[in-house]
Amino acid sequence: MNLQNIFNALENVDVEIYERVKHVSRRQLFSFGKKAALIAAPLAVASSLNKAYGQSMPDRSVEVLKFALLLEYLEDEFYRIGLNTAGLIPGSDRVIFQQISKHETAHVALLRSALGANAEAKPNFDFTARGAFPTVFSNYETFKTLAQAFEDTGVRAYKGQAPALMVNDPVLETALRIHSVEARHAARIRMLRGMKGWITGMEGFPGAVYSGDQATNEREINVPGISGLSSSIVSESFDEPLTKDQVLAIALPFVKV
Amino acid sequence: MGGMGARVAADGSIDLGSGDVGILNYAYALEQLEYAFYVRVIATPYAGMSAMERSILTDIRDHEKVHRDFFRAALGGAAIPALTPNFSAINFGDRNSVLTTARTFEDLGVSAYNGAGKLLSDGNNLSTAGKIVSVEARHAAVIRELLSPFTASFAGDDVVTSDTALDVVNMPGTVLAAAQPFIVERITASNLPTM
Repeated sequence: MNLQNIFNALENVDVEIYERVKHVSRRQLFSFGKKAALIAAPLAVASSLNKAYGQSMPDRSVEVLKFALLLEYLEDEFYRIGLNTAGLIPGSDRVIFQQISKHETAHVALLRSALGANAEAKPNFDFTARGAFPTVFSNYETFKTLAQAFEDTGVRAYKGQAPALMVNDPVLETALRIHSVEARHAARIRMLRGMKGWITGMEGFPGAVYSGDQATNEREINVPGISGLSSSIVSESFDEPLTKDQVLAIALPFVKV
Repeated sequence: MGGMGARVAADGSIDLGSGDVGILNYAYALEQLEYAFYVRVIATPYAGMSAMERSILTDIRDHEKVHRDFFRAALGGAAIPALTPNFSAINFGDRNSVLTTARTFEDLGVSAYNGAGKLLSDGNNLSTAGKIVSVEARHAAVIRELLSPFTASFAGDDVVTSDTALDVVNMPGTVLAAAQPFIVERITASNLPTM
C-alpha cells in the first residue's frame, strides 16, 4: 500500500478526515513511503498460492490484495497488542479474541504469500487514531468498540472489492472466504457488546463504518414493500459494501506516519 | 440477468436453469429452505427456548424471508416454483436438534455463496450475493454461539481452515446433495455454470 496514494485518494474524498490529519505533512508521508520501500518485503515462502496467483495476477487484483493486506495488518496488530496487554481482556473472552487473532495472522500470511514480491511491509499503527481513542488498550469497552469497527469495516471492504476480482476466480474465491470469516468475527464481537450479531440500520460506532448500511432497496427493488417486513429487518438482511476510498478514510487515522 | 430460467420436468423435478439465473435460483432454493425451517422453529418452539433465543431465531427467520422474497422478485418469471420442505428428520421440540440443523443450514449457505461467487458473470449479481453471504455468516456465528457459548466455535476450526483462516466453500453439487433430503421436489442443476 502506497501511503502517498492513500493520502491523495483521501484528500480528494473526505475533507473532514483530511482536516484531522492535516498536521501530517505530505513531505512526511513521502519520506515514510521511501523508507518503507527500503525495507524490502522479504520474499514470501514459495507456496501453491503464490504459484497460482503470483505470476499472472492482473494489476487490479494486486491493488485489491494490497488494500486487503493493509486492513489485515491493522487487525492483526490490534488483536496481538490487545491479547498481550495484561488486564485488558477478561479471561472468559480471551478464547474469542485468540481465535480472531489467529485468523488475522493467517490472513496476513496468506495475502503476503499471494502478493509475493508485491507485498508491502507492515506500516506502523497508532490505535489511538492520533488521540481519538486514548483508552484503546486500557479500557475494554473502547477495545471492543474498535474491534467491532475493524471487523464490520473489513466485511464491507472485501464486499466492495469483490466485483473487481471477477477477472481472477481463485483470488475472488479467497477474498469471499476471508469476507465471511470477518463477518463471523463481527457478529461475535457485536454480541460481546450486547448488540445483535447483525447491523440494524447504521447501528455502530464510528458512524463512517456504518455509512449507508441502512439501505433497504436492492437492485431497485423496494424490499420492505415486497416482503412486508420493516426497514430495520431489511437493513439487517443486507450488509452493504464500502468503497476503497470510504475504507481508507476510516483506516488511515490508525496508520502512523 | 443472463441465462435460462427454471424448468419443471414431467417427473416433477425442478431444474434451476443456466447462467446467472441458475445461480440465483440456486440461492433462492436455499433461502426458501432456510425460511421454511425457521418458520417451523418459531411456530413450534423447542422446550426451554429463552426470550433471547426466540428473538434471535425470529430475526433470522425474517432475514431469510427477506432473502427469499428478494430472489423471487428479482428472478420474476425465471424463478423456480415454491419448494416443499421435508423436515421429518428434525425434532423441533429439541433444542439441540433445532440448533444443530440451523448451524448446518447457515454454514451450508455460507459455503454455497462462497463457492458460487466465481460462477456469476454479472458483477451486480455478485454484489447482491456478497450483501447476503455475510449476513448468513453472522447467523452462523450467532447460532454457533448459542450451541457453544464462549468458545471459538463462532468461527471454529471445523469451518474456518486453521492454517489459512478461510471460510468453508462448496460447489453447487455438494450443497444440493446436502440440501436435497430436506426438499420434497428433486432439484437438478445440470445446466448451472461450472466455472
